Amino acid sequence: MTKAAVELSGVTKHFGEVVALKGIDLAIADGEFFSLLGPSGCGKTTTLRLIAGFEFPTSGSIQIHGKEMALEPPDARPINTVFQSYALFPHMNVERNVGFGLQMKKVNSNEIATRVGRALDMVQLSHRANAKPDQLSGGMQQRVALARALVNEPEVLLLDEPLGALDLKLRQQMQIELKELQERVGITFIYVTHDQEEALTMSDRIGVMDKGELLQVGTPKEIYESPTSRFVADFIGDISLLAVSVVSPTEVRLSGGGNVPADTSNAGDGSHWLALRPESLHLVSAAADVPDGMVRIPGKVRHRVYYGDSYFYDVETTAGSLDVRQENRPGLPTFDAGTELMVWWNPAAGSLVTA
Amino acid sequence: MLGLPAYVYLVVFFAVPFFIVFVTSFARRSATGATKYDEFSTSAYVKLLDPLVGTIVWRSFWIATITTAVCLLFAYPFAYYIATRRPAVRNALLVLVMIPFWSNFLVRTYAWRFILGSDGPLGTLTEAMGREPFRLLFTPAAILIGLVYGFLPFMVLPLYAAIERLDWRLVEAARDLYADGWTAFRKVTLPLTRSGIIAGSLLVFVPSFGAYVTPAILGGGKDLLLGSYIVTQFGQARNRPLGSALSIVIMAVMLVALMIRNRSGAEEI
Repeated sequence: MTKAAVELSGVTKHFGEVVALKGIDLAIADGEFFSLLGPSGCGKTTTLRLIAGFEFPTSGSIQIHGKEMALEPPDARPINTVFQSYALFPHMNVERNVGFGLQMKKVNSNEIATRVGRALDMVQLSHRANAKPDQLSGGMQQRVALARALVNEPEVLLLDEPLGALDLKLRQQMQIELKELQERVGITFIYVTHDQEEALTMSDRIGVMDKGELLQVGTPKEIYESPTSRFVADFIGDISLLAVSVVSPTEVRLSGGGNVPADTSNAGDGSHWLALRPESLHLVSAAADVPDGMVRIPGKVRHRVYYGDSYFYDVETTAGSLDVRQENRPGLPTFDAGTELMVWWNPAAGSLVTA
Repeated sequence: MLGLPAYVYLVVFFAVPFFIVFVTSFARRSATGATKYDEFSTSAYVKLLDPLVGTIVWRSFWIATITTAVCLLFAYPFAYYIATRRPAVRNALLVLVMIPFWSNFLVRTYAWRFILGSDGPLGTLTEAMGREPFRLLFTPAAILIGLVYGFLPFMVLPLYAAIERLDWRLVEAARDLYADGWTAFRKVTLPLTRSGIIAGSLLVFVPSFGAYVTPAILGGGKDLLLGSYIVTQFGQARNRPLGSALSIVIMAVMLVALMIRNRSGAEEI
């Protein structure tokens, strides 16, 4: 990895008695789209505010392109922020909002006009240059906030749940626009969100946080398919967790009895669960239909829910209950509630998580 | 129906007195000083053009302007400080601002008479140093101190309300966009608390402009101010039409100022 755009080492933050961050170590690469994901109160916004300079860490170091900046004020950092509520200046029109940073940096007025014009073009708002923020829709304000930050060509752009206030359709559209924009300008994006889908679809890497700790950092695929902790597994997407005990490096024992293969090389201390995604589980009516080499356990359908593109089954087994998603495809069998059947999965699909 | 007491109050204590003053301003002063309502006369208004009245108005205007400016200068940092404390501290400080209202204004003004006089702390100190006892009492500075003291809360409270309402993320946004602390204050905090500045300034300027009690007690009545001048017209000078006409004109000026303020307020947010 090239030199990190942002590097946090041992960063803690206390607010009086409350410990908001318990020691964060994190290196974000240049040009990366990095998401901090977690429930509200997990410390993701505090982390962002420390990087921006709105708060100072209680201890630890924050380097931006190798330069120690933990105690520098926000105006000294080569970073800009897109705020959750946009924080557009209500007493200035769009043009002056976007030009504010350049004006503060004492860029000459001709250049400000050119760059503001270009930034407004980029977000397709040139025709609203003279509007006040309150005359714009939420989506437009969002784009002004983005232009106001990007026009300064920061080394790092921080985004604090920037799409949270938009309705679903607009949010999905903006997700795509944001990702495209990030790839085009090549600026490091640090994106805070509690929306797992947003994080999965947009990020190069994700850091999952809970209670002031960074639990796991990885690509969306790693986070989704190989969670290492119960919290990460549970927080992202639907998942079934079967309580297990480790019996060998390649096998675990289910709580209802019976050993099944699973990779336990990363098992830490504590209780263990086998985490299984609904779409990696399969249902067949008889053991004979299970392909060779797959893990199988008998079960009974408790509920079935119709989702249009798929059926969702709640299956009771001796090891615990399993959520199963089956594609609604012609030719695939469906099972009524009460049906006895077999559940099977590829041993590689299960992840062993610790809590 | 519920509004009835309010209407009665307004009619009895506002509309009726105003009507009396308005009618009196168009009355005539007889040679003996009696107020005659027998004919419509604008002579009181003509008399307002007297250079003496102009001087008094100008002097009062200046005193009120300086009072307002000084109040603003003291009140803004104080209101800012209060608004940025924890809620508990905030409430305690607000109570401190309002405590003076619990005692009589006249009594407090007389207290200043002692403080500023030659027997006061400054006077005693200078006397102890073997000099002439220093006395501010009966100078324009004493009037100014008294007015600033009396009207400071009227500046602090609207400023506090405006600053407390401020969206601090906007200040953070300014800092994020490379503004230093002072520039962020000038470009964001100050313009966005303008409504408080205007409200506070009006609440201080208007009563200072026509103040009577403070100049009378602390000023020694040497340089005539508007309030005293009007009181004199109703008293010793026995010229009620003139006093009334002056009152009406001042009220009209204030009304115009208020209307300008409301218009500028409408532009905001």
